[in-house]
Amino acid sequence: MADNVKPRVKVPKSAKSGEVITIKCLITHPMESGQRKDKDGNVIPRSIINRLTCDLNGQNVIDVTLEAAISTNPYFEFTAKVDAAGDFQFTWYDDDGSVYKETKAIAVA
Amino acid sequence: MNLSRRDALVLAMGGVAASMVPFAAMASAADDAIAAFTGGAETSADGIKLDAPEIAENGNGVPVGVDAPGAVSIVIFATGNPTPAVVTFNFGPAAGSQSASTRIRLSKTQDVVAVAKMADGSFKRASATVKVTIGGCGG
Repeated sequence: MADNVKPRVKVPKSAKSGEVITIKCLITHPMESGQRKDKDGNVIPRSIINRLTCDLNGQNVIDVTLEAAISTNPYFEFTAKVDAAGDFQFTWYDDDGSVYKETKAIAVA
Repeated sequence: MNLSRRDALVLAMGGVAASMVPFAAMASAADDAIAAFTGGAETSADGIKLDAPEIAENGNGVPVGVDAPGAVSIVIFATGNPTPAVVTFNFGPAAGSQSASTRIRLSKTQDVVAVAKMADGSFKRASATVKVTIGGCGG
């Protein structure tokens, strides 16, 4: 597991029923591309987050496949349609098998 | 070894051809990756928008965004990177719109291509040239 992996997600606290909201999420991760070399000329092995999923009440919002060309601290912005109050479940999958999770509740006003 | 004029010419041309191979191979790697996604189908240019800066000072974090209403999935390719595929967005039923943005690495000045697969199975494609001052692949 990479060090200091911390998800940060921005979701509005509440929305109107049927409203389309913007979600911003970032996770601190080095995203080692497998292209770089260390001082001795050895290739630093690839270690990235390869998948991000976001679900709202069990319904999929987005499923992102990440490759090595995604920047350090991968940041994503996307939209979701909120029909009912509930929880956004974010899941990041690391190359080394670690899974990072974050949940954000949203209320419907 | 005695080289005739003709032998020398042939050798020289072989050398030139050999030196061109890596470049051609890289360009086709991106085309192959795109073809693998589309299955060789025709792509149209309308109904997809790719937001990318004209000039990126630092190739380590280039903001790009895609928007293709009605898309099932969108794939972004960087034609000049060691691995052309960058990111795949698959939109679920709870997605508010078929748009997303992120930050990507670009190794050098190159074309960024977005290909969207629509719900009806057709494909749309948009591309943008991004000038990169400092490459983002280390090395």
